[in-house]
Amino acid sequence: MTDQTPVKAAAPGPWSQATVVAVRRETATAKTFRLRLSNPSLHLAGQHYVIRLTAPDGYTASRSYSVASAPDGSPEIEITVERLPDGEVSSFLHDEVVAGDELEVRGPIGGWFVWSGHSPALLIGGGSGVVPLMAMLRLARSTGNSVLVRLVISVRNPADLYYANELPGPETTIIYTRQGDPSDVRQPGHLSVNDLPTVPADATAYICGSSPFADAATDLTIGIGIPTQRIRIERFGPTG
Amino acid sequence: MVGFTRGFSGRGRSGRDPRLPPGQYDAGRSWPVLTAEATPKLDTAAWTFTVEGLVQTPSTWTWEEIRALPGSDYEGDIHCVTTWSKLGMTFRGVSLDVLLDAAVPLPAATHVMAYTHTGYTTNLPLADVTGGQAWVAWEAEGKSLPTEHGGPARLLVPHLYFWKSAKWVAGLRLLDHDEPGFWEQNGYHDRGDPWLEQRYQGD
Repeated sequence: MTDQTPVKAAAPGPWSQATVVAVRRETATAKTFRLRLSNPSLHLAGQHYVIRLTAPDGYTASRSYSVASAPDGSPEIEITVERLPDGEVSSFLHDEVVAGDELEVRGPIGGWFVWSGHSPALLIGGGSGVVPLMAMLRLARSTGNSVLVRLVISVRNPADLYYANELPGPETTIIYTRQGDPSDVRQPGHLSVNDLPTVPADATAYICGSSPFADAATDLTIGIGIPTQRIRIERFGPTG
Repeated sequence: MVGFTRGFSGRGRSGRDPRLPPGQYDAGRSWPVLTAEATPKLDTAAWTFTVEGLVQTPSTWTWEEIRALPGSDYEGDIHCVTTWSKLGMTFRGVSLDVLLDAAVPLPAATHVMAYTHTGYTTNLPLADVTGGQAWVAWEAEGKSLPTEHGGPARLLVPHLYFWKSAKWVAGLRLLDHDEPGFWEQNGYHDRGDPWLEQRYQGD
């Protein structure tokens, strides 16, 4: 890690209001929320926002959510939220929040798991770990830099894939671990070294997923010759 | 901000544990792993811990040497800035007081930069790592510290947010000024007191 300087990211500003302008279902357990920020700030692909819920008696609960939309100068961002069985915040967002609601947000945050948009990158996501990588893919596509990125996403089956209408393309590889697409020649199974695309020798890897997924993907990435110094990882734990 | 979130009442806080700082929730039995880098494979045969910088006697301990020092325990809570807390944990290690007493900080020393075998850094006021508040810890919950949680040994500064408790710690550099470490350069707070919600710069 020592030879890598994080992208200099300003401290997030104070809490501010955002208006939910649209809610879109991605999968049976995931929804995308489009938020119009009252205090817009250009994010970097890979950064996150904190959302804070406040009860009438002052009790608060907050969680971090990666931005899925590319930085494009718009005052709106999109976050995609997986509904966790015990998730106090994610279940509220899923079950209660509709367009027109106000949410309190803070961000953008993070200077490590971010892609500048100008260097070769291998993006590997497990399940909902695709969200910050989608911001990177969208940035690459919208700036004509698709050649710089390769995205590999591992999901259990086609129904679990986020952004299913938008994600497939020449830069992307979709891996099904349990049940594949009938037209798929690959047998369902865990990500293996054969699933990884060829990337330039100076590529940086961005890996996002559960801790076991991140560990397995890291070993594979080292296996194709990317040194640990150029592997950036974002894990999410079992709680949230 | 004024006002509240439409429809949100929260859950379970009537019995909210007073050990939870504001904005934190109890992770229960799970211990989430949050690391921004690959988990290293560190051999205790090559492991060292160093105290250097503004000290009279720069000192380095091998694994065998540090394990031979008088150990002590921490029993209590840990708080991650990502909003989980884990209550009632036990750790065993050596108090930083023992290591700093051996190296003897110079009067000008006010801060420390902790650094790790993987190149991560985090800054702390010297006053936050003395007086029985900080350890180099090699056991958690009665077992050797797992690699993914920083084993063979990590810094433990449990009264601050847990990113200050650097995994795979390699040493402390004593400074006469504060300077931001890895997360701190990325917008996180220089001190990180969970009871004051010092999550980000400016909090």
